[in-house]
Amino acid sequence: MSGFHPHLLDRRLGVARTGVWIVLGIMVLSFFRTQILGHGKYQLQSETNRLRPIPLPAPRGVIYDRNGHVMADNVPGYTVSLLPGPEANLRSTLARIASIANLDSAEIAHVLQRARKAPYQPALVLADAPFKVVSALEERRVAIPGLLIQAEPKRRYPDTAVVAHLVGYVGEVTEAERATKRFALVRLGGLVGKDGLEREYDDTLRGSEGVRFVEVSARGQMVREAEAAANLAPVPGIDLHTTIDLDLQRYISKNFPAGQRGAVLAMNPNTGEVLALYSAPGFDPNAFVGGISPEYWRSLNESPAHPLLDRAIQARYPPGSAWKLAVAAMALKRGIVGPRSHMPIPCRGGLQYGNRYFRCWDPRGHGDLTLTEAIAQSCDVYFYQLGIKLGVTSLLEDANDWGFRGRTGIDLPGEIPSEFPTGPEYYDHMYGPGRWTSAVALNLAIGQGENAQTLAQMVRLYEQLASDGRVRTPFVVRRAVSSGEASASLDLSADQLATLRRAMIAVVEQGTARGSRIANLTIAGKTATAQNPHGPDHGWFIGFAPADKPEIVVGAIIEFARHGTAVAPLVSRTIAHYLGIDEQRAATMRVTVPNDSAPEPFQIPVVVPDTLPLQLRLPPMRPLPLPAPPPPPKPIDSAVTRPPTR
Amino acid sequence: MLSRVRQLDKALVVSVAALALYGLAALYSAGQTDVPTFVTTIWQRQLVWLGLGLILVGVTFRTSPRMLEWATPFVYAIALLLLVLTLLIGTGAGTAAGSKSWLAIAGRRFGQPAELAKLAVILMLARWLAALREPPATLRDLFLPGVIAGLPCFLVLKQPDLGSAIVFVAILFFMLFWAGTKPSLLLLAASPVIGLVLAFSTVAWGVWIAVLAALLLWWRPYLWEGVAIMGLNVLGGVLALPFWNRLAPYQQNRLLAFLNPDVDPRAAGWHVIQSKVAVGSGGLLGKGFTEGTQKRLAFLPAQHTDFIFSVVGEELGFVGVLVALSLFAWLLFRLLGVARKASDPFSSLCVFGIAGLFFTHIVENVGMTINLMPITGIPLPFFSYGGSFLLVCSIGVGIALRVAWESRQSGYAELGQ
Repeated sequence: MSGFHPHLLDRRLGVARTGVWIVLGIMVLSFFRTQILGHGKYQLQSETNRLRPIPLPAPRGVIYDRNGHVMADNVPGYTVSLLPGPEANLRSTLARIASIANLDSAEIAHVLQRARKAPYQPALVLADAPFKVVSALEERRVAIPGLLIQAEPKRRYPDTAVVAHLVGYVGEVTEAERATKRFALVRLGGLVGKDGLEREYDDTLRGSEGVRFVEVSARGQMVREAEAAANLAPVPGIDLHTTIDLDLQRYISKNFPAGQRGAVLAMNPNTGEVLALYSAPGFDPNAFVGGISPEYWRSLNESPAHPLLDRAIQARYPPGSAWKLAVAAMALKRGIVGPRSHMPIPCRGGLQYGNRYFRCWDPRGHGDLTLTEAIAQSCDVYFYQLGIKLGVTSLLEDANDWGFRGRTGIDLPGEIPSEFPTGPEYYDHMYGPGRWTSAVALNLAIGQGENAQTLAQMVRLYEQLASDGRVRTPFVVRRAVSSGEASASLDLSADQLATLRRAMIAVVEQGTARGSRIANLTIAGKTATAQNPHGPDHGWFIGFAPADKPEIVVGAIIEFARHGTAVAPLVSRTIAHYLGIDEQRAATMRVTVPNDSAPEPFQIPVVVPDTLPLQLRLPPMRPLPLPAPPPPPKPIDSAVTRPPTR
Repeated sequence: MLSRVRQLDKALVVSVAALALYGLAALYSAGQTDVPTFVTTIWQRQLVWLGLGLILVGVTFRTSPRMLEWATPFVYAIALLLLVLTLLIGTGAGTAAGSKSWLAIAGRRFGQPAELAKLAVILMLARWLAALREPPATLRDLFLPGVIAGLPCFLVLKQPDLGSAIVFVAILFFMLFWAGTKPSLLLLAASPVIGLVLAFSTVAWGVWIAVLAALLLWWRPYLWEGVAIMGLNVLGGVLALPFWNRLAPYQQNRLLAFLNPDVDPRAAGWHVIQSKVAVGSGGLLGKGFTEGTQKRLAFLPAQHTDFIFSVVGEELGFVGVLVALSLFAWLLFRLLGVARKASDPFSSLCVFGIAGLFFTHIVENVGMTINLMPITGIPLPFFSYGGSFLLVCSIGVGIALRVAWESRQSGYAELGQ
């Protein structure tokens, strides 16, 4: 192009060169001004660069229940820290205040280690100092260089163990957590939620820290506050409004059999809101504030009851008879039976299938029953035959479709997935193709076999039965965003759902749980007993009310309760309390119900040639099958094996 | 092969090698803080990037400018695609965790497409401008080049990365100038931006509008051009406030802190003040290699990327700064020389664009360490840690080497000397 004639290019080159010369010249002059002319001034500034930033923790958001009652809030507390300085200085200062602040040598070492990790931050000495210590230190301030006493908001859980598993607790952020994106911005030594809602909604609850600057002398003593304009006020965390009914939560905690282990979960079946979530035994979340004492930590971790475990979402149990409703729903959906269908063989206390005799829980037998009656009586023989009619494949398919293998998606951390075989290939894998028979359907039909569900998962099933069959993910604050949830459903017509509900009303009025009928309230529900090879069986009861238009569904499991019928009164009273039924009558209610303990489970495979070597006949079982012992409690934080000392 | 190496432009090779070594030393020193962080060993990773860069220089050197010209549209398209992708799935990093400037797949960050886009814009502009019969003479002629640079600029602004966006604008103007556009036209094209900036003072803006009117009467462009320019300037004045409000608070603070660091001495102004203290306390000879106290005590922010030149200033003093700037100047003048002697317009424009890229980054990055420029966080060539930009620089150097070699082969070089 004509613009690239050498002559023209030379002219432009000249302009460009001049431009570069001028700009670089200006820069050199600026550097000359800064480095040579301004040297003295900046040299001084660099030497006296002694502004120390002090983080100002933000108060965490308050956690409220649905009626505005406080579940977690903040109270003023004091922290004692030392401004950064050479380690020798810190050591001597610590030695000087050890007697006042009750520090032992391990705690002093811990403070020094903290100082080494974050050398430009004040080293925390006491996270929650009693007022007496604070005033004693304040008196000797002159003799303690770098002493920094700050009023900081301190977390408080007014209901302590009642809400422990739900609300969780807070603690110092660990190295491992800070390496994750979520906690990357938290300062070393900052507090984050460790469990429960505190963990799940930490991002909004936490707020953001402010900073203030203090000027220190060469000895590291605080000289004065820097001008206030330099400070950055902390931004408080956002309050959390939950769906919990604290009154109901307290009621459950009060009525839960003392000394027993188990969990209760109450939900609104029409929305999926969690009204109460209680797990026993509990722990005191306040003990974690300001650093948990090593003794309490050890007692929590070493207790055989695993108090830190949230048994509503972190423990799996075989569902037992409670599962029969799921099987009935599958059969209704597939049109295999109707409400008044009879099975070919009436119950005479058991059923011969192949070379095995499958017992009913009641050796006297139930006779010839309809579906409705079979649910009410919890007749195993009826359900064995229903299982055979359904077939293993359909049973596995529907259970997987309905999410019985996986998590409910409740907005609490650490939920474990329920376990269920993925399909027939599971049995092929476990026992070898052709080495198992359709007899597994008999086991699956009565909630035994390779089936372990969390309480939350089972309550969700009854929530669907109590409403319109649609899946509603349980939530405490907000529903988790998950795809396809709106479409997931039991696929039952309103009539079919009504049939199942009627059958469950019958349970309360005439059947195994008739003792839990209260005044003019009709509760629909199902008891269950879960086989436990390690001790007495676990008891289940899941119920909802009012039966015609359910407003609450409550599920409970009590470990070693022997029978589901022992759990029924707790649930019925909880429902009655929520619906505002006469407290007195509910409290004095007696329960007399027949035993519906599960029959002896049978061992798979059933058809095995006798010539096979023993180890082939009894393939190694995965930890999955049959009554799962409660899993060990989730470690509080895998990175911390030792509790942080105060 | 060896003969080819001997035919390389020695000044280019030596200046780049010297800068790379100087930069590596500075990066090593940047990691030597009292409390070791991940920066301590980052120079080793930079060494790997330098190795990769060297390979890229070799590969680019063996690519003929014709091949490059042919591939340009594809490179440009890929760069745009990556930028769009970055907006969709990008992540932030380090001090800019909130922005989306990194292309990341499954948590692994692969690079900053904005750096590639800078190169792509240079190539695309070179290709388009080289194909013109006459230099752009009217505003209408500037429309398409404006789009070529404007598209990636817009996408980068959305990340948001103001610093890189400014680089695109700078490259556009440098290359238009080298293509022979009249300076008066360039001034008119830039006038709305100037109007926008000056709108913060009513008096300054009024004076500017008067000067602009006088210039328009003097230069006598087409009527519609004059009207459009005037309209755009008035619009700039009107839109200044909404535009200001659209900026993220940290961007506002940085611009304000540029005008007066003491406005906000602990937050936005903190970086500038601490950097100035570091550079100023360096004095004539500096505090000694790796001995800078501002850096050691972690008063210097981002000392391995944005503020690496402050480390040079603090530890090696005014002399160290002079050496670095001289090396940069040498490289820039050499690149200008290569652009002048290039055997065809495309090559010439490419090399000039690369020189413009370096120039913009150097001025912006070095300038901000002593508050000559607002803080924008764009890397210093061969100094700042970072793979994407170093590789782009390597490609630029490779192109320049090839162009220099071609012009020497064609005997054009001798004419110029």
